[in-house]
Amino acid sequence: MIYLQLFWSFFKIGAFSFGGGYAMIPLIQKEIQSHGWMEAKEFADIVAVSQMTPGPLAVNAATYVGVKTAGVLGSAFATLGVSLPSFILIIIIANFLIKFKESRIVNSALKGIRPITIGLISSAVIFFANMSIFTIDLSFNSIKRLFGGEFAGFFQKVQFYPGALLIFVVILVAVKKFKMHPILAVACSAVLGIIFI
Amino acid sequence: MEKLDLKRLWKLFLAFFRIGAFTIGGGYAMVPLIEKEVVDNQKWIGQEEIVDILAISQSVPGVIAINSSIFIGYRLGGMLGAVVAALGVILPSFIIILIIAFLMFSIRDNIYIEKAFTGVRAGVTALIGLTAVKLGKAIVKDKVAAALALLSFVAIVLFDVHAMIVITLGGITGYLVYGIRRAKEL
Repeated sequence: MIYLQLFWSFFKIGAFSFGGGYAMIPLIQKEIQSHGWMEAKEFADIVAVSQMTPGPLAVNAATYVGVKTAGVLGSAFATLGVSLPSFILIIIIANFLIKFKESRIVNSALKGIRPITIGLISSAVIFFANMSIFTIDLSFNSIKRLFGGEFAGFFQKVQFYPGALLIFVVILVAVKKFKMHPILAVACSAVLGIIFI
Repeated sequence: MEKLDLKRLWKLFLAFFRIGAFTIGGGYAMVPLIEKEVVDNQKWIGQEEIVDILAISQSVPGVIAINSSIFIGYRLGGMLGAVVAALGVILPSFIIILIIAFLMFSIRDNIYIEKAFTGVRAGVTALIGLTAVKLGKAIVKDKVAAALALLSFVAIVLFDVHAMIVITLGGITGYLVYGIRRAKEL
């Protein structure tokens, strides 16, 4: 039955993909192709559309594959499938944390994990900047070459987009100084993008 | 967990619906929105706890946005809260993708949409940057924490280390530094 197949395929995707977002692409692709639900090119379109629409990639893919193969009900089953593992896992962990709130091990581990999360969020700043304001190859090999003195080769590949930098500065000031709401900031960035990029 | 009345459940749903509708570009893009809606505006959850929730949502399988909304919803209103928050965050993209699938709307080759979304990514860079500084000030209070934040940043940006690995190492370091030190003092 197609609904159960969709549910089960996306349940597996939800249960076995760590890290979210692009880390999920290979797994989603494998499931889609093994069932012959969609051609590779059409899947590439979903990934492209996901970059341009709100919401998580896996939910977008589940909705799209579901509706293409079995209508709206199919997309509901696929989306339910991709979310259910999260429900089960998160609720187990939340209960564990509530139960061991006073535990020294849990508390000290969390104290070490919190600054890591700050590092993760900061790295996201670089990744977003690298998709809009500039494009730099930040891999270890590329940096190693830079320190090896290959400045020309490194900077040849660097691209810079002044329009995006302008938007970055405008939003930074608007949110920091004038307390603009982040949702309004996202909407303004879109309009500024059409004008300046 | 407090008991949630219908009015508060509706507020929870709306907050996550807004977060879902304006999160473009994946998991981290929603961090500034969550911080604003859940911590700043509603004061549902404190800064430290939101950072814990984000770390856990990263380290378990599944979609980060869904993981964290389920976690926050569960903290605020048990099972029902978790369902409501997850529905809120999923529905906007569900509706938009259905519309795209039905209209066969070719948004891919539209130059204006592409410009708008490049603009959004530049704006989101600023938003996440401000959130990182704000949360960083609340979290990073000693040298060990500063070193951990810096090392994880370098590990991810330059060496492409998986988030789950740095989070696990951070937990072990935290236990070794804070847990054992405190045990000796007692």
